Formats: sequence, structure tokens, C-alpha cells
Amino acid sequence: MPEGLPVPVTIQRVKQETPSVRTFWFDTPFPSVPGQFVMVWVPGTDEIPMALSSENSITVQKVGDATSALFDIGEGGKIGIRGPFGNGFPKGEKYLAIAGGVGAAPLLPLARADCVMTMLLGARTENELLFMDQLDELTDVIIATDDGTLGTKGFVTQLMEDLNLAAYDRIAVCGPEVMMRAVLAKVDEKGIAHKTEFSLHRYMKCGVGVCGSCCIDPSGLRVCRDGPVFTGDKLLKSEFGHYMRDASGRKKNI
Amino acid sequence: MVALRPGKVTVGGVTLENHLLLAAGVLGTTGASLSRMLTLGAGGVVTKSIGPAPKDGHAGPCLVVLEDGILNAMGLPNPSKEFVDELAPLAKKPVVVSIFGGTPEEFGEVAGWFTGKAAGFELNLSCPHAEGYGAAIGSDPGLVEACTRAVSRLGAPTWVKLTPNVTDITAIGKAAERGGATAIVAINTVKAMRISTGLRRPVLGNRFGGLSGSAIFPVAVRCVYDLYEAVKIPIIGCGGIASADNVVEMMMAGARAVEIGSAVQGDVTIFSKIAGKLYAKDGISADEIVGCAHA
Repeated sequence: MPEGLPVPVTIQRVKQETPSVRTFWFDTPFPSVPGQFVMVWVPGTDEIPMALSSENSITVQKVGDATSALFDIGEGGKIGIRGPFGNGFPKGEKYLAIAGGVGAAPLLPLARADCVMTMLLGARTENELLFMDQLDELTDVIIATDDGTLGTKGFVTQLMEDLNLAAYDRIAVCGPEVMMRAVLAKVDEKGIAHKTEFSLHRYMKCGVGVCGSCCIDPSGLRVCRDGPVFTGDKLLKSEFGHYMRDASGRKKNI
Repeated sequence: MVALRPGKVTVGGVTLENHLLLAAGVLGTTGASLSRMLTLGAGGVVTKSIGPAPKDGHAGPCLVVLEDGILNAMGLPNPSKEFVDELAPLAKKPVVVSIFGGTPEEFGEVAGWFTGKAAGFELNLSCPHAEGYGAAIGSDPGLVEACTRAVSRLGAPTWVKLTPNVTDITAIGKAAERGGATAIVAINTVKAMRISTGLRRPVLGNRFGGLSGSAIFPVAVRCVYDLYEAVKIPIIGCGGIASADNVVEMMMAGARAVEIGSAVQGDVTIFSKIAGKLYAKDGISADEIVGCAHA
């Protein structure tokens, strides 16, 4: 086994993407498949899983202790990175990508790989739309906001109604689980759940498939190792969209 | 290489599908995960250690993979009593519930929740990195005996998992035997640490933790060998087992069955892979090799 100690990296640049999301670029690249993740060690606080938004960046929403501590570190600071881990999105040539909020982070590398034909980008409000300009240069972007400040007023699932889903060989989805569950219901209805790839988020401790804290019911599959990307058919009769587990392993409803 | 006869085996009061158990703390947090490991060929499974109250565990990093082992300090995260529901779909399966507590009373309390709902208990008297639990108790023969008795008196098979981080592991093994243990499990992880030279601090959030995997296999073989001469109850070997030959070696040291943990990091199908090499229809009985290295 190759040594898997965290690689110390220096944060070179920080960009405020939206009011609650920042991108952190570091000095070491981590060659990876779009959709893979790394374990980010914020020294003295905790270690958390984060999608790579490029080979040398993570794009992070401030949600808890570790992300707050990371926001406080800033340029020149040092963090540790383990990974990349997980399977990532399978190869495809004509992807429809569907992103909600910070869920656009793992989908940006997919768009950069030139395999996204259309991108549905959703957020609560205009200033929370992530990577809008970059994605616009890479692919055909269609926007929805919950409050109608930009694009269609409503959810990304509504945008799916106007598309010919048969034109895409795969669909990649990442966003809040409630939104992803709505997308799963839609693709299931159309009989294409098996070619829709969902990027899951679960509490993780080890990142390498040993501890079991991210296993999903009822398959027992490990999000960190067997995922984080699963096709919709594997998620249909599962905990997905219903509950997840906290650090102790207790269930909490979504 | 020696090949063993396939079939069910009973060790320390628990009947297993084969000699290979999933070790505690590995893929044992949910019923679904334990069920998957049984499907993937484990002859029995030991759950994540369950304690008297829910715990989130230590801050990360909690685990790092090393060249020939795994260093971890999870901090006994567990859902406590809610775990009883996780096991409902696994009734009658070879599921051993690992439990921990800070006192004999707490051990008795937690075991009581699972009585009649599990094939047996494994007492975690050996976790090296949880203050007031595990090895903090497991290094004291008097406490080991008392905690073991608090569970064994309930009548279910009671295995006791020992820490190697003591001067004389046989003294602890004998204490467990006096307390009514039906088997000894040896060993838990070896207390260890790594430091990030780039970040100038210990890698684990808890600073130190426990080392498992191939690196500790020789330590585990020695402990099992010594225990075999010290106690009459069966020994279950654990620590760095990753191949059929490792299983045979553990048995020759004195183990009647083995637990496998870290090796699932390389391959989640490790149980069926090892079984494929370990068993043959014309194989011999394990009795012929258990402890044979003592002759």
C-alpha cells in the first residue's frame, strides 16, 4: 500500500464565489477523475470530505466548525489533503449535468473535461448561483432560482421538463439531497434512473472504506469507496432522500 | 499449504459459517453493512463497539493508511441503544456485539439491551485511545475480571478482546477466564503515532491511536502463542491477518478462529478470497493444527 498520510499543502489563493462559498487553491495538484473527493484536514479542528473543483482546488460552503476554521485560515495557510478517493463520474460524451447550490463544485471538472452538453444550474437566489460565468464558457447553461431572481422561477426539476432527455447518454446530479431525490423521481418516471449518476454526501471518518460510518441502507454500500457516485437504480429503494447518519451513527431525517 | 475442511465451526459458544470473522470497528456501524459482509463471505461479524451513551468520536483525521498498516483513533463513535434496532434484520445470524463501558455496571447494562438478540458479546477492554474506556480498564486484571463477570453472568457467550499494550498479556487473559469469558480475542491495535513533518503536529486528531494491519501480525502471533499456554478457553486470533497462510499461522500459534479487519481496506471481498484458498473438500480438521507450533 502506498503511504496515505495527509499531504501538507499551502493555500495560494482564495476566491469568494457566493456569499457563503469560497474556492481555495493549493500548491499541489491531485490528479483525479471528475467527481472524486479528498479528505481536507484543517489542523486543530477536524478533517472533512470535499469534492475537488479542479486538480488543485476545493470549493467550500461554510456550514460548520471545520469549514469555518478553513475560512479563517486564508491565503498562505497550510492544510493537509488525503486522496483523491471514491469512484467519480463514469466516462460519458453527452452528459446532462444538474447542479443545486454548492453541488456545482464536483460538476465543474466534468464540464471542463468537455463532456457536458447541457447544464441545469439551480440555487435559492441569483447571488448563490455557483460558477455561472465559467460554466457558461464551457457548456450550455440553463438557470433556475427558487425566488426567480434569475432564470426560471422554481426548481431545476422543472427545467428537465423542457429537455429531450433521450438526447443525453448520461445525467450527472449533485446538490441538496431533497433536490436530488426530486430528480431521481423524475428520471425513474422516465425509465432512465440507471443512467443517472448521483453524487452523494454522507458523514465520513476514514474516507477509505474501512470505518463504515458512510454506509447506506439497505445495500450497505460505502459512499466513500463504492461511491460517492451511484446510479439512480441503486438508490431507488434506499435511505437516499429520507435519512442519513450523524457522527455517532444515529439516523437523522432529511 | 495446509487446507482445512469447510463447514460450520463453534468457537467460544458462537457458531460461525467459517473460521473468518469481521473484526470489531470495521464496517460494523450499521446492520446493512454487517449483512453485506456476511454476504461477502465472513463466517461471522463483530459489530462496532457499543457503549452506554451515544458518542461522536474524536475529531479528524481519525484514520490514515500506512505502507503496511492502518493507524486510527476513531474514539468509539457509536449510536448506543439505537443500535439494537439495527440488528433486528440479522436475528439468528452469527453477529457478535462488541460492547464497552467505563465500569462493570455499564458493561452489564449495555449487554442487557442485546440479550437474546445477538449470538454473543465481545468486550472491548482494549481500545488504546479512549480515555476511561478500553485499555484504560483492560490493563487492570481486577477490572477485567469484574467487567467480564458482569456480562458472562447474563449467560450469553462472552468473548474478551485484549490489548497488547501491557507487560504481560497472559495475566489479563487469565483474569478474563476467571471472570467467565468463553473465549479470548487477541489482539486489539498497538498504541502508535505518526507526525506530519509538513504540518509539525501529530497526524491524528487524537494525537495517538492504534496500529493495525500487516505491521502488527508478528505481535499478534506472539500474543496468541503466549495466551495458548496460559488459558484453557479458546483464543480467536486478530491482528494483521490478510491471507490464508496468515490464518493457518495464527491457528498454529493457538487460535481456533480469526478476525480480519484492516485487510478489507485493500479488498472488501477478502473473506471469500481467503476462504477460497483456505478450504478444500479433502482438507483436514482445524483441530490438527490449532496450537501445533507448541509441540
